[in-house]
Amino acid sequence: MANFFQQVVSGLASGGIYASLALAIVLIHRATGVINFAQGEMAMFSTYILWTLTTNHGWAYAPALVATLIISFGGGVGIHQLVIRPNEKGSVLRVVIVTIGLLLAFNGLATMIWSGEVRSVESPFGSGTIDIGGVVISVQDLGTIAVVLATVVVMWALFQFTKVGLAMRAAAVNPVEARLVGVRVSSMLSLGWGLAAMLGAIAGSLAAPTVFLDPNMMQAILIYAFAAAVLGGIDSPIGAVVGGLIVGVGLNLLGAYVDFVGASLRLPAALAVILVVLLIKPSGLFGKSEVKKV
Amino acid sequence: MSALLELRDVEARYGPVQALRGISLEVPEGAIVAVLGANGAGKTTTLRAVSGMVRRTGEIILDGKPLTGGPEAVARAGVAHVPEGRGTFTELSVAENLRLGAYTRRARSLQADIDRMGVWFPWLTERAEQRAGTLSGGEQQMLALARALMSRPRLLMLDEPSLGLAPMIVREIFRIVRELNEQEGLAVLVVEQDAKLALETASSAYVLEVGKVAVSGSSATLRDDEAVRRSYLGY
Repeated sequence: MANFFQQVVSGLASGGIYASLALAIVLIHRATGVINFAQGEMAMFSTYILWTLTTNHGWAYAPALVATLIISFGGGVGIHQLVIRPNEKGSVLRVVIVTIGLLLAFNGLATMIWSGEVRSVESPFGSGTIDIGGVVISVQDLGTIAVVLATVVVMWALFQFTKVGLAMRAAAVNPVEARLVGVRVSSMLSLGWGLAAMLGAIAGSLAAPTVFLDPNMMQAILIYAFAAAVLGGIDSPIGAVVGGLIVGVGLNLLGAYVDFVGASLRLPAALAVILVVLLIKPSGLFGKSEVKKV
Repeated sequence: MSALLELRDVEARYGPVQALRGISLEVPEGAIVAVLGANGAGKTTTLRAVSGMVRRTGEIILDGKPLTGGPEAVARAGVAHVPEGRGTFTELSVAENLRLGAYTRRARSLQADIDRMGVWFPWLTERAEQRAGTLSGGEQQMLALARALMSRPRLLMLDEPSLGLAPMIVREIFRIVRELNEQEGLAVLVVEQDAKLALETASSAYVLEVGKVAVSGSSATLRDDEAVRRSYLGY
């Protein structure tokens, strides 16, 4: 039983990481109808920035993280304005292809700057464990869960209680109408890209101590995040979070208790989740069926 | 009375289709002006041209200043546009719709304005948390109106407020518009299919035909001119 709980907690931790990235994907999809395939590589790039600041420039973790979040936000806004916006007038497919281009660009750029070498990254939470009634939990997992929860609460408060959050939601659900009430929709989309890049940076930084740092570190995580987003409902932020946790815990338990799945079939299992949800309930667990009146 | 809004020789096109072929009209300070005409005459496009939702040439002047730029800029200049087919955010709550209406204002608190809307539309207050998409068509139209008023506009533009609504609700909406105009001096530019109702509400009207002003004048003149009524207004 102790093993079961350990698996659940570490599943929640990895699920939290999937949730952060899934939230980033949902944020952009809600606003523009586009899946940003570069979300994972952008997160990887942010993680490298964090690593460079701490390892090569001797920054303490906290200020380095803050700087990374700010740089990521600026990067997200910049990518939207320079690369995405000029293509927004075209079809959704065109923007999707641009994001695939970004994926390749960031991967190549990271390999060029930092080499493809796999590096270990120290956890900001240390490598300690706590024993709660025989259940051994790593502090890294607990810290990850706490950071993800805090992030989700901050994001929720931003969208629910602030004027700019309301404007971002309005721009996402009805851009034409939003412009008529004076919302600068294009700026809201840039802001969304910035926030998504920040969420990705958080996901990458949390993942790095366990998956190690290399240019391909986020690729599997992106697939899990897609599974999370699809399971929760691709337009539902709550769905992304719940979906992430379900995927994290579910895959962990599957890997631990179902022999033939092990570690090697986790990715196909995530893809199976995507396939099954899209076939049976495309709107996911929390997706709304749209209210449409003619 | 000086003109609050003035259009001079405005043209607009959707791709190869020219929707407006040189429209000139005026909305005096504190007046209700109606734009009438058949489907496809360019009524909706006229409002969309003012809001900068279509590319347009010619001059559009609000309060002596040229209106240029997109819908955001026009909204900031003080024009509240309620588009055709209920201008509400259906996925957001009634209260959020009202808050968005006041988006261009820097007011610390919107409570006074929300209370004021509660006077015009008493049901709004009780149903503040309800999702706008779950309201009836008439309620959504009223919410759209309230949303527009939250910006304290210089000019209110209504596009076919009667579309798809029961006659009783339509009369109620027009009564409220008339009272807002009488009590607060709100200037209104309204596009309407129901010419009879529009002429009862507006002080003057423009009748459009294929992108041009065919006739214009005071509502009383247009109402009494049998030829105009027959050929353009169809009643």
